[in-house]
Amino acid sequence: MKKTGAQILWECLVREGVTDVFGYPGGAILPAYDAMLGYPIRHILTRHEQGATHMADGYARATGKVGVAIATSGPGATNMVTGLATAMMDSSPIVCITGQVGSRLIGSDAFQETDITGVTLPVTKHNYLVTRASDVAPAVREAFYLAKTGRPGPVLIDITKDAQQSQAEFDYDAAAPRPHGRPGPPPQEAQFREALALIHAAERPVILAGHGILLGNAMSEFKAFAERTQIPVAMTLLGIGCFPASHELNLGMMGMHGEAWVNTAVQEADLLIALGMRFDDRVTGTIATYAPNAKKIHVEIDPAEINKNVAVDVGIVGDVRDVLARLLPAVAAGDRGPWLRKIDELKGSTAVRDIKNLADDGHLYAAHVINDLWRATNGKALVVTDVGQHQMWEAQYYHHDVPRSLITSGGLGTMGFALPAAIGAKIARPNAEVWVVVGDGGFQMTMAELATIVQEGIDVNIAIINNGYLGMVRQWQEFFYERRYAATPLLSPDFVKVAEAYGIRGISVRKRDDVIPAVQRARQARETVLIDFVVEQEDTVYPMVPAGAALHQMIRRPSPIAETGADA
Amino acid sequence: MQTTFIVHVEDQPGVLTRVTSLIRRRGFNIESLTVGHTERPGVSRMTIVMDSDERAVPRIEANLYKLVNVIRVENITPQPSVLRDLAMIKVAATEASRGAIMQLVDVFRARVVDVSPDSLIIEITGTQDKIDGLVEMLRPYGVLEMARTGCVAMARGSNVPVLAAADRPVDSSAVEFDSGVSFSV
Repeated sequence: MKKTGAQILWECLVREGVTDVFGYPGGAILPAYDAMLGYPIRHILTRHEQGATHMADGYARATGKVGVAIATSGPGATNMVTGLATAMMDSSPIVCITGQVGSRLIGSDAFQETDITGVTLPVTKHNYLVTRASDVAPAVREAFYLAKTGRPGPVLIDITKDAQQSQAEFDYDAAAPRPHGRPGPPPQEAQFREALALIHAAERPVILAGHGILLGNAMSEFKAFAERTQIPVAMTLLGIGCFPASHELNLGMMGMHGEAWVNTAVQEADLLIALGMRFDDRVTGTIATYAPNAKKIHVEIDPAEINKNVAVDVGIVGDVRDVLARLLPAVAAGDRGPWLRKIDELKGSTAVRDIKNLADDGHLYAAHVINDLWRATNGKALVVTDVGQHQMWEAQYYHHDVPRSLITSGGLGTMGFALPAAIGAKIARPNAEVWVVVGDGGFQMTMAELATIVQEGIDVNIAIINNGYLGMVRQWQEFFYERRYAATPLLSPDFVKVAEAYGIRGISVRKRDDVIPAVQRARQARETVLIDFVVEQEDTVYPMVPAGAALHQMIRRPSPIAETGADA
Repeated sequence: MQTTFIVHVEDQPGVLTRVTSLIRRRGFNIESLTVGHTERPGVSRMTIVMDSDERAVPRIEANLYKLVNVIRVENITPQPSVLRDLAMIKVAATEASRGAIMQLVDVFRARVVDVSPDSLIIEITGTQDKIDGLVEMLRPYGVLEMARTGCVAMARGSNVPVLAAADRPVDSSAVEFDSGVSFSV
């Protein structure tokens, strides 16, 4: 049956299970938008194409489904670059569709022409320039296959206007994607044997749990593995949620702003078992002194990650779930009593800010806000954070027991991510209680999407951690640039009035006593509520491993107070 | 350490860019890269010589495999193999010096492919060392211009890098996304 390229596009998207797309129309993508009306697709009009990509990303991370964003050529396409790079760094499966000028105009510097496949080459898993209607179906089908298989990632399809308009024979089955890449990983019997031997011999092992566990849906196998071997679990920022925070084997987040006992345990370990993580520099500190006495096992789906940052003793290439399923029947139950007691001692002697007892001296601390948000939402919200101090405080003080309950830009550290990503997450999971936790800086980068919230009737609650600074940069200036605050003091509008201008209810909170009532008012409202938490201006995220320092060389909290059980 | 990879890729627009962009952004260093057609329609073959330490080699291979258009990657460095470079060297040659230069050409088993009153073009095929050797010998006469292809390589013996059934089948009619730009070198 003959169809236009535009019809073939939607036909394929619908058959891939797509129900929602995030986008912004324009000249070169008009034929596709026109054809869209004939298909059961919900289109969410964003206020910026970057927002559309983050929404698709949030949609993907909230569910594991492929998120879809659509934009026009030229500026529409280039505005997607940040979102593509964000998804690339965090292995998020999204497909971005862009219009392109007519194929005869390519290379002529036509109006709104950009070589977007050239521009996005380094920030996509793959991309396509489609110039014929007959190439649309194979490109779309392969794009979805690539986005979600192996290590997930973003794929871009650039379709010329004439390819959208002209007709071609549509044969869905004939357009099936071809397998690609190296023929399956080798059997790796030896590696499994070596890994088991290392696990059985280890006295002070630590598991480093990453995003791959969530992406591979390996949560139950992973929990069984940790419990059977009694090995404590440290998580990367993106790994949070893959293992219950309340579990006795959970240590918490490791790395630059990991708690001291976590990093000390990693440094003193005799075995690290890295599962679906990539030894990012924010996790390791300086490599030269990283876990010097530890043997290292690395289980990772992307073979290019093995021995990239950290030389490992055993590398196993594979899906974390498959690997764990194979290890589980062979691994012996362990007793790590002495090691776990040692870590408990470390915890006891380590400074943790006591949230409850932190002086209520008229100042509002971000840590209070996050911890109270955790209490008020019973730890069950889907929290989407931006980038900076609030992001680290969230990771420290909101305890996630549930997978896919924290969405954040880790690898790229994209400010402006939270609000649009939360919109995408809410569209994907309409029944979830979604909270945006965002700084005053990042919020202003993409706050235009408040209009999207209103137009689409979306209910996400927004907690702005407003300290009047680009806080994390200010913190670095405080520690490493002699408090010379170059370009970090930040003027913001009255966020409550901004919200009201969009028709959104805004609440301003300046005292600790008002935090939980405000959160509860927002929860009870059946629509978006924005809360502007005006917090202590020069507050600092502790502990901190300075860039280039060894992981155990942390800047500790200035006034250590022992942790109380109630706050853990 | 010099490492030589044979990379079979789909003969499609933009594939060369994808390969070189990947190598550049991962911080690997290309010594030489050649591309050409193979015995199989729709499949091109690259010989990439890189300067890399031992630990990087498996990562280069794994990264290349991440490119959708890459069919097969083979590191032939450890295998006995034939490596060849072709060079054309234009050298100043007067009546007085021409005889001596022709003798050098004979010794190196090169060929003279163009003669003019005051210059010669010499064509030579061989290993990089051999070509470098000839260039050194010609330098005193005045090397005016030189063009080299870079290395092409093939493993010795009857073992061929079979593009097995498990490899991505190449059907050029189905996979052609034609931007009108040809990348073949």
